Amino acid sequence: MSMNNQGRPSRPEDIEVQSVTTFTGNRALQIEEPLIFETGHMAATGVDLPEPKGTTSRLGGLERKSSMNLPGLAEPEAMRHFVRLSQKNYAIDMGPFPLGSCTMKHNPRLNEKMARLPGFADIHPLQPVSTVQGALELIDTLAGWLKELTAMPAVAMSPKAGAHGELCGMVTIKAALEARGEAETRTRVLAPESAHGTNPATAAQCGFTVDGIPADETGRVDIEAFKAKLGPDVAAIMVTNPNTCGLFERDIREMADAVHEAGGYFYCDGANFNAIVGKVKPGDLGIDAMHINLHKTFSTPHGGGGPGSGPTVLSAALAPFAPIPYVVSDEDGFHLVEKRSQEEGDHHSFGRMTAFHGQMGMFVRALSYMLSHGGDGLRQAAEDAVLNANYVLARLSEEMTPAFEGTCMHEALFNDDFLKDTGVGTLDFAKAMIDEGYHPMTMYFPLVVHGAMLIEPTETESKHELDLFCDALLSLAKEAKAGNADKFKAAPVLAPRRRLDETAAARKPVLRWEPSDDKSMAAE
Amino acid sequence: MKKFTEDHEWVSVDGDIATVGITAHAAEQLGDVVFVELPDVGKSFGQKDEMAVVESVKAASDVYAPISGEIVEVNNDIVDEPAKVNDDPDGAAWFVKIKLSDASELDKLMDEAAYKEFVK
Amino acid sequence: MRYLPLDTEDRRAMLDVVGAKAIDDLFADVPADALNPPLDLPDHAGEFAVERQMAAMAARNRAAGAGPFFVGAGAYKHHVPATVDHIIQRSEFLTSYTPYQPEIAQGTLQYLFEFQTQVASLTGMDVANASMYDGSTACAEAALMARRVTRRDGIVMSGGLHPHYESVTRMNGGLVGGKASVSEASPDGKDNVIDLITDETACVIVQTPDVFGNVVDLEPIAKAAQDKGALLVAVVTEIVSLGALKSPGEMGADIVVGEGQSIGNALNFGGPYVGLFATRQKYMRNMPGRLCGETVDADGKRGFVLTLSTREQHIRRDKATSNICTNSGLCALAFTVHMTLLGETGLRKLATLNHEAACATADALSAIDGVELINDAFFNEFTLRLPKDAADVVEALAARDILAGVPGSRLWPEDESKHNLLIVAATELTQDADIEAFANALKEVL
Repeated sequence: MSMNNQGRPSRPEDIEVQSVTTFTGNRALQIEEPLIFETGHMAATGVDLPEPKGTTSRLGGLERKSSMNLPGLAEPEAMRHFVRLSQKNYAIDMGPFPLGSCTMKHNPRLNEKMARLPGFADIHPLQPVSTVQGALELIDTLAGWLKELTAMPAVAMSPKAGAHGELCGMVTIKAALEARGEAETRTRVLAPESAHGTNPATAAQCGFTVDGIPADETGRVDIEAFKAKLGPDVAAIMVTNPNTCGLFERDIREMADAVHEAGGYFYCDGANFNAIVGKVKPGDLGIDAMHINLHKTFSTPHGGGGPGSGPTVLSAALAPFAPIPYVVSDEDGFHLVEKRSQEEGDHHSFGRMTAFHGQMGMFVRALSYMLSHGGDGLRQAAEDAVLNANYVLARLSEEMTPAFEGTCMHEALFNDDFLKDTGVGTLDFAKAMIDEGYHPMTMYFPLVVHGAMLIEPTETESKHELDLFCDALLSLAKEAKAGNADKFKAAPVLAPRRRLDETAAARKPVLRWEPSDDKSMAAE
Repeated sequence: MKKFTEDHEWVSVDGDIATVGITAHAAEQLGDVVFVELPDVGKSFGQKDEMAVVESVKAASDVYAPISGEIVEVNNDIVDEPAKVNDDPDGAAWFVKIKLSDASELDKLMDEAAYKEFVK
Repeated sequence: MRYLPLDTEDRRAMLDVVGAKAIDDLFADVPADALNPPLDLPDHAGEFAVERQMAAMAARNRAAGAGPFFVGAGAYKHHVPATVDHIIQRSEFLTSYTPYQPEIAQGTLQYLFEFQTQVASLTGMDVANASMYDGSTACAEAALMARRVTRRDGIVMSGGLHPHYESVTRMNGGLVGGKASVSEASPDGKDNVIDLITDETACVIVQTPDVFGNVVDLEPIAKAAQDKGALLVAVVTEIVSLGALKSPGEMGADIVVGEGQSIGNALNFGGPYVGLFATRQKYMRNMPGRLCGETVDADGKRGFVLTLSTREQHIRRDKATSNICTNSGLCALAFTVHMTLLGETGLRKLATLNHEAACATADALSAIDGVELINDAFFNEFTLRLPKDAADVVEALAARDILAGVPGSRLWPEDESKHNLLIVAATELTQDADIEAFANALKEVL
């Protein structure tokens, strides 16, 4: 069997913790909150609507007769329900969120305000183009910034998230290979073993087989091993730069030249573009396609897991195969191309990534962020992100063990050597951070580092916050080494919940609320 | 006699029927097994073909056929109660029984001592 | 720069700790000739300067709420209660990440569990996932899932499926040997999709109400599909319709996908939206996307976690069920808050109001000479056949500040037989005065 032993404990250990109990189960500002299905009523509603006129329905005899079992809440009850839930979440606005490779930076509220202007939020994707000239101008302006920052000639704006952008890039590559008549022969994609899991998943979804490239001892692509794997059956390479170890691929141009010489394309995973935005243009390094996570580099909110946005820049070789729709302009204004051209030598779009034009709401936020920063501010942001990460790397190296020697880019990677023989694992260490008031770093990724801890502070943390954070982690590291493993095994004890039993959740999945006999819809 | 693969399957042969499972070492590495998917009876596999899937919370792994042959029986107990794979991987939690098509393939597999050395 | 807390003194002190002389020492791995390229971009700007520039662009768009508005075909203008926007702007929801640390993400996890329950209940299915990018990508993922479940490659689509959904599904579902076929798109709802089903068919994808607005009885199609071992995928682009119509689950669907924008989410020129995905219990482990499940913590208290994540790309990598990494969390929250405010009572009423508005609009417009109403049964959207190219009519009406609907040429640019068609949607926001203005203006421009 194939095996991944880089995982983590998945159910809580049985450790006694002294805790204060209350009658309600509440803990001061932490209020226990039932599900809406347990408190709502079938007759309740928090929306006042006018009375229907009672016209005869024209639903073709398919009227709904069954109940939906959807209870409602009056507005004050609903407000309280969701506000109480919100208070069980950690958020960037509360403190550092050092999740490596996720880029949790401050989300400016100006961007939220702009996204809610009726001229952006309240327009329909299929309105006449003459009534949405400002929207097309916004898309075109944002595309212009992305092209300038990457030195790439084209950008597909519609992908809805980073992984969707990867799919867009790889399908474009596939379309280009088809046009060359080589789709059948070029079936292999090379990706480093340290790659994001989405890279092999995307390549496989496009029908490519994935071949891993080993890393060298510095944490970068082993260039000789990589060259040895090139051949006439290689469609593309997928390389993240800066890579998932937080390091810049020094040999990136050599890689680009080699893959081009072998007839393949270079897909660059732009998840870490925030480290180099304004400092380096990926197009100057020889890439053919790269998605840009607007929710990372350009700070559109992560929103508890989406929505994201993943525009994908394309080289001149790939641009003719980009998806529809796209915006063009002439002296009459902006136009939306929604039709695949049939003409020879013209645009040969592979089709659509999504129903409409992409994540407009995210475009507005990202452009607002870019205009606020300007070219100078974006470059400064990249520099500060890299400086903050190196500062954390330098300070934490006192007690923790860096995975690789030397400086890093925007994130600092540690292994679990410093926890050896302490009885404390990476997961325990991370969970202890929760009690200290921090969101844990990314754990057990990248897979090439044992017990990996990947810390990305971002540029929006002050030196003061970073010092407090480093002090706390150094103190935890010392405590682990001093043999206080029980505390770590029990952590967190101060959060709204202690460790949850993921094993039980996966063995007998309960994915929805069901009325049980004793509490069946009390309101009916 | 039990034989072992480098992919952590064991195989125990009785006549032309081989019983196949995953090793205790593999079960321990996976952690709590939460899901098992077994092939249909009657299906044939070549040596090293993907044959079954075993999932823990932290990993999903393919189980490969250690030898070629046709599936004659599957152990639905472990589908109903995946925890059994952790409790008794070497015995009650066998995965499938295969009718051997080429007994010589067994010679390529490790014996218990060699496997113990392999996972050291 | 107001978003950057470090000052020059901090930077100096931090470089000292790092042991670097200058910031570019940390960029030493970058090829020297590529470092610090010229940027043809403006410098940073203050809030009001940015607002001015953005507002100027926003002002060049005609907002749906600014006048009579009848555009639908996959996105709908509904009222969103003020509470919804307040909740989704709370820091703890807006600025949190995917709930990988459940101890400090119960807020997100619990609403996802509530969302899954609401979606499953509404569609009449057993289980739902924690949302997808949008309806069209959910549709493509349903085709991929059906191929996994049935181990077949045929994807049969009804011509009544939104052509953009068809294009996305053809592209994505058609990768790696998928074979797509589509029945003739017939505005009156007559559909020969059943004739396309073969022993190689993995799924039959049918939209209801379809892109022309026709309410479709899925039962005979479900039966025909299942008789051949194929799955029926039901697509619902106007989710409010389920407040009035029999659920796809009741009609035998195996997978239901939908666009959830209508509940809680603004039009946003097409995104972000929220894809809904629900299925039967037996296919649970084949479902793409994130799932939230109930469990207990070390003290035995109920809590929620992301579960069955081994199917996902970060563990399964090249064997993942899908390459999808994010869902549409905040839009799912908006959906759940709005749905909770509505409740069953509110949703039924909302659906009735939508249907009544559409009936009134259809009657007023089809009374005009030369205008033909094509649909017998519809929910809040219907199709008119006009005596001339509908795109010209839409432009002429836009000049009179009436956004009349979606002309056929917008959805079927290559099919001229549909260019006289106009797809018209009405919602609870449509007022009698809007209908009157539309009817009067239409008479003038025809």
